[in-house]
Amino acid sequence: MQVNLTREGDTLIAAISGELDHHTAAAMRQQIDTAALSCRCRVLRLDFSALTFMDSSGIGLIMGRYRLMQSMGGCVQLQGVSGRLERMIRLAGLDKLPIWNTQEGKE
Amino acid sequence: MKAMNELRLTFPSRSANEGFARAAVAAFVAQLDPAVDELADLRTAVSEAVTNAIVHAYPNELGPVTLTVRLYENGRVCLQVRDRGRGIEDVEKAMEPLFTTGGEERSGLGFSVMQSFTDRVRVRSTPGKGTTVTMDKYIALRVKGQR
Ligand SMILES: Nc1ncnc2c1ncn2[C@@H]1O[C@H](COP(=O)(O)OP(=O)(O)OP(=O)(O)O)[C@@H](O)[C@H]1O
Ligand SMILES: [Mg+2]
Repeated sequence: MQVNLTREGDTLIAAISGELDHHTAAAMRQQIDTAALSCRCRVLRLDFSALTFMDSSGIGLIMGRYRLMQSMGGCVQLQGVSGRLERMIRLAGLDKLPIWNTQEGKE
Repeated sequence: MKAMNELRLTFPSRSANEGFARAAVAAFVAQLDPAVDELADLRTAVSEAVTNAIVHAYPNELGPVTLTVRLYENGRVCLQVRDRGRGIEDVEKAMEPLFTTGGEERSGLGFSVMQSFTDRVRVRSTPGKGTTVTMDKYIALRVKGQR
């Protein structure tokens, strides 16, 4: 598991690679939150295109980051969402939130 | 029907074993020649059940988690995850989508994912004694060499 953080203007991009589960989520969450709090970007984009595994811990991670960004008046965008991940997002009812990266649309 | 092969593993409730349990299931089930999606479903389902044992069954201590995988000739894969932890008071309620006692970073989706990614989920639990989650999934049997 690895998080690659880059900044593009007002957007902080967190590209997650490898396996996202309860074991790896804690460190990932900490890296993302530290960067989000210090850069004060308006948009946090979570890029899942290099993810090889995710379970419901990833949904918890998305929801937690969504709350964090909302508390700072910002928002979260998702990118590189696989069919499997989208299925979990729907189970959680998160598909109703404005979190899809509109340039890319729903995959 | 008698299982044609069986795997049983017991490990302490350390979170590093979540990935190990997924890898063990994937390697063992490979002999049924599952499709990529079927294997991914099984990996996700076992990850949910093992994580629950690690997070909820033993919140403040380490305890044993036993994973049993049984393979049947008709393509049935039976996954069982057992803990000797604190148990669940109200199983029906615990299985409701989005119900969680896990706080901010848990979504309450584990049981829903297990139900969605396998064909059957059964939960037996006794408060103070532990929980057993049993999941069945049917793998499509293929003629050797096809697909
Ligand atoms: N093995 C277990 N021992 C004790 N309690 C459990 C066990 N498994 C589940 N529970 C209880 O059932 C609830 C629902 O579990 P479920 O997996 O659906 O969601 P979660 O673990 O809380 O969140 P998520 O799986 O989305 O991270 C848990 O919050 C916990 O209270
Ligand atoms: Mg869970």
